[in-house]
Amino acid sequence: MTAAVFFGCAFIAFGPALALYIFTIATEPLRVIFLIIGKASEGLKSINPDETAPSMRLLAYVSGLGFGIMSGVFAFVNTLSDSLGPGTVGIHGDSPQFFLNSGAYPLIEKTRLNKTFMTLVIILLHVFWGIIFFDGCEKKKWSALLVVLLTHLLVSALTFISPHYGINLVSTYIIMVLMGIWAFFVAGGSCRSLKFCLLCQDKDFLLFNQRSR
Amino acid sequence: MIFPSRDFKVLSGFSSDLEARGVLCSPEPGTSQGRAMLTFMASDSEEEVCDERTSLMSAESPPPRCCQEARQGLEDGENAAQWRSQDSEEDLDDADRYVCSGVPGQPLGLEEELTLKYGAKHVIMLFVPVTLCMIVVVATIKSVRFYTEKNGQLIYTPFTEDTPSVGQRLLNSVLNTLIMISVIVAMTIFLVVLYKYRCYKFIHGWLIMSSLMLLFLFTYIYLGEVLKTYNVAMDYPTLFLTVWNFGAVGMVCIHWKGPLVLQQAYLIMISALMALVFIKYLPEWSAWVILGAISVYDLVAVLCPKGPLRMLVETAQERNEPIFPALIYSSAMVWTVGMAKLDPSSQGALQLPYDPEMEDSYDSFGEPSYPEVFEPPLPGSPEGELEEEEERGVKLGLGDFIFYSVLVGKAAATGSGDWNTTLACFVAILIGLCLTLLLLAVFKKALPALPISITFGLIFYFSTDNLVRPFMDTLASHQLYI
Repeated sequence: MTAAVFFGCAFIAFGPALALYIFTIATEPLRVIFLIIGKASEGLKSINPDETAPSMRLLAYVSGLGFGIMSGVFAFVNTLSDSLGPGTVGIHGDSPQFFLNSGAYPLIEKTRLNKTFMTLVIILLHVFWGIIFFDGCEKKKWSALLVVLLTHLLVSALTFISPHYGINLVSTYIIMVLMGIWAFFVAGGSCRSLKFCLLCQDKDFLLFNQRSR
Repeated sequence: MIFPSRDFKVLSGFSSDLEARGVLCSPEPGTSQGRAMLTFMASDSEEEVCDERTSLMSAESPPPRCCQEARQGLEDGENAAQWRSQDSEEDLDDADRYVCSGVPGQPLGLEEELTLKYGAKHVIMLFVPVTLCMIVVVATIKSVRFYTEKNGQLIYTPFTEDTPSVGQRLLNSVLNTLIMISVIVAMTIFLVVLYKYRCYKFIHGWLIMSSLMLLFLFTYIYLGEVLKTYNVAMDYPTLFLTVWNFGAVGMVCIHWKGPLVLQQAYLIMISALMALVFIKYLPEWSAWVILGAISVYDLVAVLCPKGPLRMLVETAQERNEPIFPALIYSSAMVWTVGMAKLDPSSQGALQLPYDPEMEDSYDSFGEPSYPEVFEPPLPGSPEGELEEEEERGVKLGLGDFIFYSVLVGKAAATGSGDWNTTLACFVAILIGLCLTLLLLAVFKKALPALPISITFGLIFYFSTDNLVRPFMDTLASHQLYI
């Protein structure tokens, strides 16, 4: 049962991030390098002459994803290893104490689920914040930067109302959806392009995929 | 030492590491053997790895052709990178080089750009094996108790760390490091001497012995401990068959020919085994100081004109001998068993195609993104073309693998922050690899791959363990997110 819990929580928390990585980044070696380093450099740009230079938006997306994955992993991985049960991977000493001290088992489960979903939403939020922030810096839209910062603080502050997991999670998800919509429009999407994409009518997208193969 | 294809000057972390560790995968077969420490298995294994590959590959490499000579050694040996770096400055504008290495008639700039582009892809191709090696080491450390128990120390680190005072412990660890590094330097110099006096048979034999010990004895111990941990019973005949098959196939793949993926897998496993031995037998503080000292030695050995590694490369270059491949992990070397005869008519027009076969080894990321500028390799490609293909790969010395894994494994074994610290060190090492590539693109000469990664790894380890971990633990225990 603990293995099921481990995998379940791991995939809930990191599934979207992993999917984003596999489908958008893993095929492009330079994007992987950007993910690791987090910022472009002239040297790397010169390495890639005949592909389109990595656009700022791509960089924003990749670095946002990188930040998100790192923060999610750092926040969640110890919980994950605890969920494998005592005496197995990663347990050196008295790590599950806060679980045990909190009392009843349902609370442990609630805590773990809360962490799982919070990690997921934090990763996605970082991606969106990254896109909006980079765009704000590029276009010198200080209001965008301020809003990103304030929503970041807001999300963190929401986690301070610690036992009320429901309110915390729901409001954070609402913020994430709003940020996602904003990032979508900032990145150049529009209702029309969204419709094309969903109906698989986007010729540019299809052609792009064909070319890159 | 990382070094990509010949066209790409690279990072010479590994060879310097190997040098440092006395396991120089120098171009000449003998040198690696010289390194091997007879008294300790760990050293032996390191050397073995180097020696085996080096000896067999040098025996089999075809005679260098006109423009291939300089490159040949490079492909084969760790020193290649450094050697190449020496050559490259001279040869950079050599038209001959471009005729040999690229599509004839292409302008210099485009060739360089394409070279650099290949470099980025090859660095990514190095991420996978480095990550795999680290994953194997960390998984073993976390699950098998044997490698975290303290059961004595190497004879190269005679001073104990169970001392009453902190000062005494620090002094002992520094002394241990001095002894270890001086042993490594001595072995490197011995290796250079052996190579200079052409004691190839000695080196060959040494390499074979080392590989045997590594592939059989260490594997047996590892398998025994894993079975004990998971409480799985295995009878001796089965165990014998398993270890025998594993070791025999490993010897064949590493020293002779075999599928590229299998070669790479064996090299990763060997590096992981070596790293595990280091993690077990090096006391804590000594391990960290040794890691730091090895990085400095790597830097010195690769960049100083009088460094042993450089001298080795120069000697190999003077003799126009193929560089001993030794313990080099190659991401794109293609060994075709039963190659066609050398086709003189195609030599002149030999191109260095973008080779689809090269992608087979690490084609996990999907189709290559290179434009179809180059023609595909001729069917039944001549030996010369095979050399070209080998060159195009990125080669990372196994010493780099081993020390990266030692760092991450030590972080996993001793860091009380568990996964946070381990992950931070892992990311630090990958960042170091990336930055080394950048520096390479800037400086265009061989650079050591170890110093940057190890420096970052050490910084990340100590700061994460002491500053970040208590903070993250408090946050996590209260379910706060920053």
